[in-house]
Amino acid sequence: MTASASTTPAAAAPEPQPAAPKSATQRASALRQYGILGALVAIVLLFQFLTGGRLLMPNNVASLLQQNAYVMILAIGMLMVIVAGHIDLSVGSVVAFIGGVLAISMMQWNLPWPLAVLLALVVGALIGCWQGFWVAFMGVPAFIVTLAGMLLFRGLAIVIVGETIAGLPAGFIAISNRGALGWLGYVGNLDVLTVVIGVVAAVGLVVSQLRNRATMTRHGLAPEGAAMFWIRNGLIVALILFFTWTLANSSIGTPFVLILCATLILVYAFVMNRTVFGRHIYAIGGNVAAARLSGVNVRQTNFWIFVNMGVLAALASVVTTSRAGAGIAAAGVNFELDAIAACFIGGTAVTGGIGRVSGAIIGALIMGVLNMGLSILSVDPAWQQAIKGLVLLGAVAFDLISKRRGGAGA
Amino acid sequence: MSDDTILEMRNITKTFPGVKALSNVNLRVRRGEVHAICGENGAGKSTLMKVLSGVYPHGSYDGQILIDGAEVRYRGIRDSERDGVVIIHQELALSPFLSIAENIFLGNERARGGVIDWNATNAQASALLTRVGLAEAPETVVMHLGVGKQQLVEIAKALSKDVRLLILDEPTAALNDDDSAHLLDLIRGLRTEGITCIIISHKLNEIEAIADTTTVIRDGQTIETMDMHGAEPVTEARIIRAMVGRSLDHRFPERTPRLGAEVLRVEDWTVHHPLDPERAVVRGANLDVRAGEIVGIAGLMGAGRTELAMSLFGRSWGTRISGRVFLHGEEVQPATVDRAIQLGFAYASEDRKRYGLNLIDDIKHNTTSAALDKVSTAGVVDNPKEYVVADGYRTKLNTRAPSVDTVVGQLSGGNQQKVVLAKWMFSEPEVLILDEPTRGIDVGAKYEIYTHINALADAGKAVVVISSELPELLGICDRIFTLSAGRITGQLDRADADQESLMALMTQHKER
Repeated sequence: MTASASTTPAAAAPEPQPAAPKSATQRASALRQYGILGALVAIVLLFQFLTGGRLLMPNNVASLLQQNAYVMILAIGMLMVIVAGHIDLSVGSVVAFIGGVLAISMMQWNLPWPLAVLLALVVGALIGCWQGFWVAFMGVPAFIVTLAGMLLFRGLAIVIVGETIAGLPAGFIAISNRGALGWLGYVGNLDVLTVVIGVVAAVGLVVSQLRNRATMTRHGLAPEGAAMFWIRNGLIVALILFFTWTLANSSIGTPFVLILCATLILVYAFVMNRTVFGRHIYAIGGNVAAARLSGVNVRQTNFWIFVNMGVLAALASVVTTSRAGAGIAAAGVNFELDAIAACFIGGTAVTGGIGRVSGAIIGALIMGVLNMGLSILSVDPAWQQAIKGLVLLGAVAFDLISKRRGGAGA
Repeated sequence: MSDDTILEMRNITKTFPGVKALSNVNLRVRRGEVHAICGENGAGKSTLMKVLSGVYPHGSYDGQILIDGAEVRYRGIRDSERDGVVIIHQELALSPFLSIAENIFLGNERARGGVIDWNATNAQASALLTRVGLAEAPETVVMHLGVGKQQLVEIAKALSKDVRLLILDEPTAALNDDDSAHLLDLIRGLRTEGITCIIISHKLNEIEAIADTTTVIRDGQTIETMDMHGAEPVTEARIIRAMVGRSLDHRFPERTPRLGAEVLRVEDWTVHHPLDPERAVVRGANLDVRAGEIVGIAGLMGAGRTELAMSLFGRSWGTRISGRVFLHGEEVQPATVDRAIQLGFAYASEDRKRYGLNLIDDIKHNTTSAALDKVSTAGVVDNPKEYVVADGYRTKLNTRAPSVDTVVGQLSGGNQQKVVLAKWMFSEPEVLILDEPTRGIDVGAKYEIYTHINALADAGKAVVVISSELPELLGICDRIFTLSAGRITGQLDRADADQESLMALMTQHKER
């Protein structure tokens, strides 16, 4: 065979390849991604119908985002934890504890709110260090460590807060209750800034997709067909513009938390898809022994995953505390379950190694729409919870069944 | 339909999304014979057996299965087992924390009204263990048994189900020579009891020794069925020719070594067992490899071959490790795997599924996993470049997969091994340690792997090959070290070595 086994092959001289057909699993996974997106759209339409069109009224859309921002933020961190093969049961308690830190630092130490937020993020990172230390360096299973954390931080939250510390400054409360509105004036009832953001987002998406397509073609890889490409992007752009128009009509414009979440989604999708760190997370979740023997520093990666989760839990706490307008010791109950459910609805593998940020976000939105729609219909909260449980079970069961039908494994 | 046919499979066709795994396969097995099925990796042998045993239920394939002349439509393993058709898979399926007896009667418990009769369980298990020649108490927990003994437990389990047709998928792939010989004797014994066996194996010498009939499958089709006791003796070469569709005159590719300067030298290397730090597993080993050289390490199971390799590779095995490692004459400290890879070490594990690959990820990510930095800048991976690199290796190593997006778990053993090779080739090592590089791989793919190993040596790498198969070491190595009970007992040049001289050194125990 070839004599020059050492030199990097084709890397230097990329020869054009014949269009490589996508494998069956690849196609199935792509289809699945569209599948959950389809489920989200179906649920939205269902509630739009059931609520007589109230679900998608501008102010409802805005508050849907504000009320569920915490799920999205936590789901991003939880996704990384679960993909690496762990779990984090403590995030709800951490949210409550850091909420207490926020309230005390603003109300008792009189810190300006931006400093209080910074302090909260630092405390979140420290909590992440604590849990990461036990998981990564002491080898205690994350389930145990974070179950302990769940009790520990709930207890500490009650110790420092008592019940409620209210009266937080207006600037802080604005985070989850206001939006960027009117900064560029109005056209009729439409907030110009929101329209600009929406159009920029839509154009940016199409441009980046086109560039991606160009790179693939340049490397001789086969992109999807042009018709499919434009149909897919056309639909997404239409969706973005529809929500832009809706939010531009709302009383707050673009919610601040939407800007926060959108930034997080972009950053973390990049981290998981494109960075060495992200790749190491998938490698650890897929086969930890093989990852170790490939030179991946498993302990360090696990440690940073938990630090990251701590910081994101702090951000979720900022959003939640701002929304409530008070530090509440009983805040954040079941938040960990919301985040875990969002990941699993979004196609994350229970055994680790598989999962996408976009999936977790769609999962979070499905939970959010359910919450919102059922609330508008004034369904009893007890029933809401029961329904969410069934949706989780149904989503994961559907996933497993469709995989089995796909004929995985030979 | 003659009376002495126990099984007939007619025109079996099985398709997976995008792949036709079996196409009109026909198989006829006579009552009481040992019937071997041969074929390259991915030829469809295991798929055929899964169709037969109901793992792939009736309706998911086309064609007919006849047992004793009557058509059967199995919907699962339970159906086929009711007919006495039992399959033992390549990956043993015993529950590690249960006892031998519990495993034997798992799903088939000796119980009355849901309450297990332990006396009956253990007594019957004991009788079955005698039958398969395993001298262990039925209460022994399976976890503590070696692979060879676990295999026997599997057979005892099959016998407990009144097996008439026993299917063994690569039964000796993970066994050493002694255990393999014992297993083959056992299969002969079962034949005299009237139990029919279908055996899938890559070890052609075993097939030659034991099979009455051999069916060769290639690319999902029956190529031919050979009577092993016919007028014309069926040789290994004859089977290989049918398997690969061409004659394979040489099992090992030709190569003229061009040796360079010394690349690796290991002095007085001692490693202790991680769970038993008093026990030395490798004792004072000295080793050297030159550029362009392929050095073999021969040793029996438990001699410390893998332990030696893994302890050198970033101390990934063992504790209380002492000794010195020199690379190009300079002492180095490969204390972590990461550091070892940076220094230019590569280690391809003997167990690629457990230690070599992320089976749920695709070819491209596995290919770059040991040297991700080479396709990334500032921690950001260049995805198109990665694709091109991985695709380059796929083409070069002739890995059979639709694209590098294919999930590695779906590939056959030989193709998985090629991905492992690609992964370590891409890390551009100075020293490449290959632990059992052709385990569980068929002849055609073996030849390809040898070719790539040769190419690596010709490119100036120092290559170390660990293998249980002495003909393989004699076929590809320039020099062979022998390891016995953790000590290097000798080294022989290729010209001076043969199986007898190696075996003598491998079994030599010297006291210090």
